[in-house]
This record gives sequence, structure tokens and C-alpha cells, in this order.
Amino acid sequence: MDIPHSWVQFDPLSLLFIALILIVSLPSLIYSIGYMRGRYNAATLRYGWVLSIGFILSMLLVVVSSNILLFLVAWELMSLISFFLVIFDFEKEKSVKAGIIYIVMTHIGTAFLILGFVYSYHICGSMDISSIKAVLTTAPATLKNTLFILFIIGFLTKAGAVPMHLWLPYAHPQAPSHISSIMSGIMIKMGIYGILRFVIIMLGQGPAWWGYTIIIFAIVSCLVGVIYALMEHDLKRLLAYHSVENIGIILLGIGVSMIFLNQGSGVVSVLALSAAIYHLINHAVFKSLLFLGAGSIQRATGLLNIEKLGGLIKKMPVTAVCFLIGALGISAVPPLNGFVSEWLTFQSFFIAAISSSGTNKIFFGLCTGALALTSGLAAACFVKAFGISFLAMPRSQKAAEAKEVSATMTGPMLFLSFLVVVLGLGFAPVLKYLVKISGNVLSIDVSQMTFGLTNFSLSFTPSNGSHISVPLLLAFLICVGALTYFAVIILAGKRKISFGRTWDCGYYNLGPKTEYSATGFSKPFRIAFSFFLQPYIKTKKTMDSVYHLHTQQYELFTTPVIKNYLYGNLLKAILFFAKRFRRLQAGSIHLYIAYIFIAIVGLIVFMSHF
Amino acid sequence: MKITLFVLQIVVLIIIAPLVSGIIRKIKNNFRMRQGPGIFQPYFNIIKLFGKEEIVSEHTSWIFSFTPYIVLASLLTALMLVPGIFPGISLNHVGDFFALIFLLSLGRFFLALSGLDAGSSFGGMGSSREMFISALTEPAFFVAVFALCLGTGTTDLNVLSTEFSFNLSHLVAGAALFMVTIVETSRIPIDNQETHLELTMVHEAMILEYSGRSLALIELAAQIKQIIFFSLLSIVIFPVFQLTDFSMSSILVYSGIFISKILLISFVVAVIEVTVAKMRLFRVPDFTTFAFVLSGTALVLVVLGL
Repeated sequence: MDIPHSWVQFDPLSLLFIALILIVSLPSLIYSIGYMRGRYNAATLRYGWVLSIGFILSMLLVVVSSNILLFLVAWELMSLISFFLVIFDFEKEKSVKAGIIYIVMTHIGTAFLILGFVYSYHICGSMDISSIKAVLTTAPATLKNTLFILFIIGFLTKAGAVPMHLWLPYAHPQAPSHISSIMSGIMIKMGIYGILRFVIIMLGQGPAWWGYTIIIFAIVSCLVGVIYALMEHDLKRLLAYHSVENIGIILLGIGVSMIFLNQGSGVVSVLALSAAIYHLINHAVFKSLLFLGAGSIQRATGLLNIEKLGGLIKKMPVTAVCFLIGALGISAVPPLNGFVSEWLTFQSFFIAAISSSGTNKIFFGLCTGALALTSGLAAACFVKAFGISFLAMPRSQKAAEAKEVSATMTGPMLFLSFLVVVLGLGFAPVLKYLVKISGNVLSIDVSQMTFGLTNFSLSFTPSNGSHISVPLLLAFLICVGALTYFAVIILAGKRKISFGRTWDCGYYNLGPKTEYSATGFSKPFRIAFSFFLQPYIKTKKTMDSVYHLHTQQYELFTTPVIKNYLYGNLLKAILFFAKRFRRLQAGSIHLYIAYIFIAIVGLIVFMSHF
Repeated sequence: MKITLFVLQIVVLIIIAPLVSGIIRKIKNNFRMRQGPGIFQPYFNIIKLFGKEEIVSEHTSWIFSFTPYIVLASLLTALMLVPGIFPGISLNHVGDFFALIFLLSLGRFFLALSGLDAGSSFGGMGSSREMFISALTEPAFFVAVFALCLGTGTTDLNVLSTEFSFNLSHLVAGAALFMVTIVETSRIPIDNQETHLELTMVHEAMILEYSGRSLALIELAAQIKQIIFFSLLSIVIFPVFQLTDFSMSSILVYSGIFISKILLISFVVAVIEVTVAKMRLFRVPDFTTFAFVLSGTALVLVVLGL
């Protein structure tokens, strides 16, 4: 093994991720001051701080290491520290269960990565990423394909793409909110970072099916993530499922980029990757904002079930505005940041369709349809999440007694909301920078590309003249809104208004129980997607006597299809074989010595032959 | 000159927006052998509502009061992106066809929130159904637009409106867009604008708590949304050659062509409304799936070059 000349590197991609880690982590850390105060004793608080800072440092180490050994150590550190953060409330049974699922899943991913790294070391004889890359450029296709499969399984497990998303809805809700914010905002992006670093940079140009595979993973993640999110009424689990969906949107751009890297069409490739990275940044910002918002709700009411919330917009006005901005951002509502990156993803599909022919055109058209459905469902989900938890009347005593959280908690949220707006308005400059990064990642020269970027608008020249200008859009919205407002006042005079009860058909007892619930809100979706969700009802009757019903419980569940069928059968198979293997373990010490003897002989034979 | 035409177009479209609703209602009434109110009734309604006092639920928040302005502002901005009367004249530098669809989602998001704001079950039900139906329509809308724009090579609406390309794929994508129009303008068989029966209404349920001035603004916004969709349809299904000279006569001719196109679309919409029965909510996915299949077919036709 040659000693690598440098273990760390700071190329544009690492610098971007360092900036992103800091932008998400620092507000979350400041937030944790107010969030953790009074909930834990001093020793636990100190333990929490050490873990959080260690977690952030380990992520920084992941993105700067240029050596696969160091990368793996940092990666493992990140996984382990985050495991301890997931089980921070280890006295709760749920946390420990979530932690176990998390650590098993993350190690399955790491196992694939280790396989890939050992294999690439075996081939190249070096641990330095750039020297591996140099050797791999002349490597046979089957080798690269094997490495690709190992890497995407490993990294997509961390990113939480379906079907490896299993740990995500368990782990995110159990960790303290500022940790969920860091985990969902930036840690799952380490999977995307891995794909960018090891698949696109290290393996380089691959066959077209690589891109298609990523797109299939992406579309499945998008739709499954958002449909599960719609069914979820626990705010943090809902947000966790949206992470699955947004990882899908990011992967869509990466997939398109890989297909066109293969075809040698630089402009499309760079544009699609920039769209993906833009969405990655956006998701980091609005998802950590939303998790912090959920944390504030939890801090103020002790509840996360949105069926028990309501009316918080009056009790917690700042949190409500921040959460609304986050929700508008993630639902791709103009002129905020989610709109910009989704528009860019649609646009890259469109340009991809123009520059390809035949069935590929149809393929990209159908991808557009899938992304459109996802974005529509996401908007529905956030109308539900915001509307049920913040609007109307409080549905429980705790929600009615909620108070606005302290400044150390609202400050970081306001900062992140500001970023959501800025990333929407500053579309052109951000994209200009991202195009450079994507060019660097794809090793394509971008200086010749004309995207028609000015400081305010974007157009694709000369092949495509689609324009967009978010600042102008906002300016028009504000001007038109203000104009309408004053025109109405001038033409029709002052607004005459009187307050009354909500219209209740004259029954006079409209209360929180008659409000529309989250379950009711998502019912049409549950029925339309029942082939996938497989909802079922459990009722429990308690009878006083045969004639009188005392109580009746009615609960509605949906079947976790992937967990039950894919992982359930896998687990059954493992247990089946484990039972067979148990016969080897007879409890006789002589037999065990014989095993060791046979193993040593076998190893000696193996070593001497290979 | 272009600016004058642009302003003229916006003003005319805003002014005739309620008229189109009145005309459709009149045609429907005539089909049903009824007299019905005159075609100017929507104007009288709006003027009357502006003068009325508002009754607002005390459970509502600022979202409820802001929503009418946000909805109207987003739809007026969307209107500026549509080259309705004069092909090639719109604010294409602000946004393209995709941005237009996203802009519609801004108004919808806030309208759905305001439906939940008062805490009434009607509003919540309306919001839930509105988001359900719009989410399912979105794929058909985007793919139809995708197929339409593939022919021109850009998602710029100005280019789409000036390119006189009338072929089979345009027609099929136009049919898909027509189905999307029915959904988005809350018409039968998806929604019913005329009823206040809780089983059948979607849009009307969502705005049930609004009264007076806010209701007037929301009704105006709905009519503007309708004229946006009719203009898009008129661009796609009945394309006209680009406006080259800016003389008074050609402006009049273009306005005449536009008005007749809108009248034709209104007639078709009215005929469909009186002849078709309203669908159950859970049949709506079939309708939107059919629209999606149509837009997919348009995509295939584009690839085949038809």
C-alpha cells in the first residue's frame, strides 16, 4: 500500500457540501439551546452537545476525505454518532426500536460500500480516489457495472430511497428535533454526495442503463414517499416521508444527467445535474426549517399528532409563518425555492426530450407526468399538514394552551425562512455557481455554454428560449396584489366587516370535534391509492351486556406494503436458513474444535492457492 | 406598440371574464328551455357583493383575509403570461408555460388553506377534494403541455401561440387540455358551480365561508382562471397566424377571431354541462386518467411526427 500524499481535498463539490452542512447545522445547534432547556439534566445536555458536534464534524470529514479508507472511517463515525442521537431518549422503547432498525439498515448499506471499496482497492492497488479513477477509466465494463451496483445500494440506503427507506420514518421522528433537522436536512444528502463522488466522478461515464436505473429508483421514491406522507398524521413522520420524496426528485436530475453524460451531450447533462444540486440545497434548507417548526410545536404542546393540534397560528404566530414558508417552499409554490428547482427539473426533462429521439422522448414525458403527480400530492399533503395543525380551532387542551417558543428557537427558523425566499429570488446567481460545480463534477467545460443567465432571468439559448425570472414574478405578484387592494378600496370604499361564528347550519354547537380531520382530508387519496396502501379497519367493542354497547373503538390502518412483502419475506428466508444452520451448534466442545481445525486447514489451502 | 397591445389584451380579458360565465349560463338556460338571467348577471353579482358587508368567522386567521388578494394576484399574473388575443404578445420573460401551471398552484394552495381556516366541515371537505382532484389532474396537464411544446422546441407561450402548426398531436393534446379545463374551471362532470349541496360541490364548498367583498374577489378570480384556460385552448386548438402589422383593422380582426373562438369554446362547455351528469368523486380518477392517456397519446404522436 502506497502512502497517499493527501488524505483530504477541497474541490468545489466538497466546498459546497461543507457550506451546506454549516448552513443547516448551525441554526439547528442554536435552536437546540432553547429546545433542550429544561427537558434534560445538565449531564445529558453536555452528552447531547458532544454528540451533535461530533456528528457535524464527522459529516465534514466525510465530504473532505479523498481517500476511501478515511472516507469509510468518517462514514462509520457519522452512522454511529447519529445512532446514539436517534436513541437519545433511550428509556423510550420506541426510540430503541427505531435505533435498531436504523443501525441495521445503515450497516447493510455500509457493507455494500465496503465490498465496493475492497474490490476497487483490489483492482487499482490504491486508496486515493483520483488514482482509482485514473485506473478505472481503462477498466472493463463488467467491473464498473459491479462497482456501480454496490455503490448505489450502499449510498441509496443512506439517502433513504425506496425500497431502502425503511429506517427513515422510524429514525427521524425519534431523534430530538434539531437532530432530525440535521439528519434529514444534510445527513441523508451524504448518500447523494456519495453518488456524485464515487459514481459520477470516480467511475465516470457509464452505460445509459445506469441513468435509467437511477431514474426508476427516483420515480418510485417520489411516489411512494409522497403517498405514505399523505397517510401520516405524525408531523415528524410525515416530514420524514417527504424526505424520501425529495430524494427522489434529486435523483431524477442525477439520472437524466447520467444518461446524457453517456450520450456526450454536455449541456443537458450539466443542466440536469445543476437542477438536482439546486433541489438538494433547497431541500436541505426547507426540510430543516420544517423539522425545526415541528420541534417548536412539540415543545409548545408536547404533541406531534396533527389530529390533536389546531389553531396554533394565533398562539404561535412566528412559528406559523416560518412553517408556512417552509410548506410553500416544499410544495413548489412560486416564487419560493422549491418552485425554482422543480421548474428546472421539468425544464431539464424537456430539454432532454428535445435532444433525444423516439421512445426516449416518451420516457421523459412520462417522467414529467410522475413528477407532476408528486408535486400535486405534496401540495395536498402540506395543505393538510399546515391547515390541520395551525388553522381553525384547537383540537385538544394542550394545543389551546400553546405559547410561542423562545427567541433562540424562532431565530434559526426565521433565518432558514429567509434562505428559502432568497434561494427562490436569487435563482440566476445560484444557478450560475451550480453550473460551475456540475461542470467540475462531470468534467465538462462549461465556459462555452450559454444559458442566457443574467442576474434576474434565465433562458436557454439558442436551442431553447424558455425564460423565467423569479424576482419579476414576485414583483408582479406584489404589485398586482397591492393594486387590486387599493383599487377595491377606491372603487368600493372601506371594508365593512362583522365577526360571527362559523356557519353551523343553526345547530349552535360547532366545536373542535366537528372540524375536518387529517384522516378525513386524506380519505380521497386513501381510496384512490388503495391498491397500494391496502387500508384496513380495526374495531373493538366493549359490551356492558348483550343489549348495551359500552364503547366502540374504531381505528384505521394502512398496510406498509414494502415492509411487509419485501422485508417480511426476506426476514422469513433468513430465519428459515438460520434454523437449518442451528444444527451445527450441538453444544459439544469437541465439535467446535473440529470446526476450528477444518477452518484453519481450509484457510491454509486457500492462501497457498490464491 | 407592443406594450399598448399587451395592456389592451389584459384589460379586455379582465373585462370579458365575467361575461363568459354569463354567456355559458345563458346558453345552458336556453338548452333547458328556461329564460334565466341575462348575460350581464355576473357583473351585477360582483357589484352587489362589493357593496355588501362581510361576515367573517371569529375562528379564522389572517390567511382567511389575505387569500382573496393572493388568489386574484396570482391569477392576474398568470393572465399576463398568456398571449390570449394577440399571438406573441405576453410577458414571456417572467415565466413560461410550466411557470404558469405553478402559478395556478399558488392560488389553489391558499384557497385550500382558507377552506380549512374557519373550522367548518364543509370548507375542509372542499379543500380536501380540491387538492385531490388537482393533484390527479396535474400529470395530464404537464404532459399535454410537454407534448405541445415539444413541437416548438421551447416552453415559451409566445412561440407556441405564433407558430401556426395544426396537426394531429396538437388536436389530441388540445383534447387533454380541454379535459383539464373542465376540471380547473370546476364544471360538470367534475364539479358543479350552481349547487350548494354538500355531496356535489368542491370549489363552492371551499369558499363557503366567504361573503361580501372577499367573495366578489374570489368569484372574479374564478372567472379570470376560466378565461386563462379558454385562451390557452384557443391558442392550442385554433391557432392563428402571427400578428405582423399593428394597424387598427388587424387589431379588430384579431379581437373578432378571439371572441368567436371563446364563444365556440363556451358553447361546447355549455353543451357538455347540460348533457352530462355529474360524476361521483371516486370516478374522477378515471376522468383524469383518461386525460393523462390522451396527453400520452399526443406525446406518441409527436414522436411519430403526426
